[in-house]
Amino acid sequence: MGYLSYYTYGLPAFLVIVIALYLLFTGSGEAFNVGRFLEESSPYAWGATGIGLCIGLSVLGAGWGIFVTGASILGGGVRAPRITTKNLISVIFCEVVAIYGVIIGIVYSANLAPLASAQLYTPQNYFTGFALFWGGLTVGACNLLCGVCVGITGSTAALSDAADPDLFVKILVVEVFGSILGLFGLIVGLLMVGNAHEFSTSGAIQVAQAVASPFVH
Amino acid sequence: MEALFFNVDNGFLEAIVRGYKAGILSPNQYSNLAQCETLEDFRTQLSATDYGNFLANEPLPISTSTIADKATGILVDQFSYIRNNAVQPLAKFLDYITYAYMIDNVVLLITGTLHERDTHELISRCHPLGIFDTMPALCVATNVEELYQSVLVETPLAPYFRDCLSATDLDDLNIEIIRNTVYKAYLEDFYSFCTTLGSPTSDVMHKILAFEADRRTVNITINSFGTELTKEQRAKLFPAIGRLWPEGNNQLARADDMDQVRQACEGVSEYRAFFNDSTSGQANGNGYDDHSTASHLEDRFFRTEVFLNKQAFLQQFQHGIFYSYIKLKEQEIRNLTWIAECIAQDAKDRIQDYIPIF
Repeated sequence: MGYLSYYTYGLPAFLVIVIALYLLFTGSGEAFNVGRFLEESSPYAWGATGIGLCIGLSVLGAGWGIFVTGASILGGGVRAPRITTKNLISVIFCEVVAIYGVIIGIVYSANLAPLASAQLYTPQNYFTGFALFWGGLTVGACNLLCGVCVGITGSTAALSDAADPDLFVKILVVEVFGSILGLFGLIVGLLMVGNAHEFSTSGAIQVAQAVASPFVH
Repeated sequence: MEALFFNVDNGFLEAIVRGYKAGILSPNQYSNLAQCETLEDFRTQLSATDYGNFLANEPLPISTSTIADKATGILVDQFSYIRNNAVQPLAKFLDYITYAYMIDNVVLLITGTLHERDTHELISRCHPLGIFDTMPALCVATNVEELYQSVLVETPLAPYFRDCLSATDLDDLNIEIIRNTVYKAYLEDFYSFCTTLGSPTSDVMHKILAFEADRRTVNITINSFGTELTKEQRAKLFPAIGRLWPEGNNQLARADDMDQVRQACEGVSEYRAFFNDSTSGQANGNGYDDHSTASHLEDRFFRTEVFLNKQAFLQQFQHGIFYSYIKLKEQEIRNLTWIAECIAQDAKDRIQDYIPIF
């Protein structure tokens, strides 16, 4: 354990520090330029990554929740077969989380439109790119945690239902509140791109040259 | 964090065990069983429970030992189903549960051989959870060295026996010392294995194993009064885990009578209650009687064990419930045997002395 954590955390950190110091002392310290990176990377890259994270993390959360719940429903159903039908609702709650991800993914991808690179680097398009990325990350992270939460509660619900049928409704309430968390992410995700317009050429003619990154050729 | 990954490997089996646990007899069923007049009634009552008609094919005068054997058979079936479906580290954990039975079987066989009993009869008396392939060969050994070299070295028990190879010849006292040394090594090993499984398995199991260790410590002390076991030897048999360790263990190692045992256990508030009533009972009885105190104590130990094992079920996503289920089921079989025995011997006044589980 000691050596493992030493190599997993210590070695990469050491390498990063050595490279950073090397660049710094050889006069290339400006290779670490956050502003340049943000300006240089295409808004398309930000937008597409955001959409990918949104749907990917949502499906990860849903899948995780379903297997945690599913394993318990299967095992509990051996002795108490009556729980299987009722507890499908836990699986559905997990599935809903993935559907949130799909909805947001579809809404976000409506903002993507092809543009020539000369017209791409406008403030408007930067904003759209960043809004898609961080909105997607918000929705994805919310849905991942929501899916895990509903999955674990669903597993508990299945086991307690098998032991005592009265408990099902009570734990279902807990589960419902857990599944609402994903909805919060969905709402905030929609609001975040509310002001972002589709990638477009509007305003590009006047200001494009002024704001276009000097690093883009 | 355990909730995220536990169900990948063990979710199904945990739910299965919780299903089995729902089949443990309720107080209602116990009171029905306790009202039976004959063993046939007893069988009819049992067939309405989770046991089903497991005694259906038995010839009619049913003996209590048949009931115990058949009930143990059900437990063994359930255990082997779980064991066959388990993956590491649960498989290793389940193996650890069987080691305790293996130790008992080994000691049973050695003792039986010492008293020149029939091998087949001995093997039929062994606990089925602790059976291993080379077991019959144990009967030929005459000293520990031989025993270790010929048989035990191939079993998982080998590391535990390494400490007691110095005992040269086998007699009753030495066998008892071997049993306790081996069990001490086993408990400590199991304890450290549970530590590697991490929380919450370790939290639950440490509580149960610590109690088990303390129980053994107190029992060894009480049983060694008036025997030729020296105090140094006694101290070596105490497991180095548990809530009495190290201070209470030191005091117990020096104890000469029940009073000192009680004083040693004062340090742990839960254990203090074990001795309270028994001493007040003695005060108006005929002076000190270690025997009745010990049986009282044994009863309370069983109750506390059941209580701790029940608590293990309050925590999801941990391995402790597999251990606890086996222990609870074992207690249930003891209860059934007790009730059946009381019915068979017509001792209705003592029939309520079983230990209720739920």
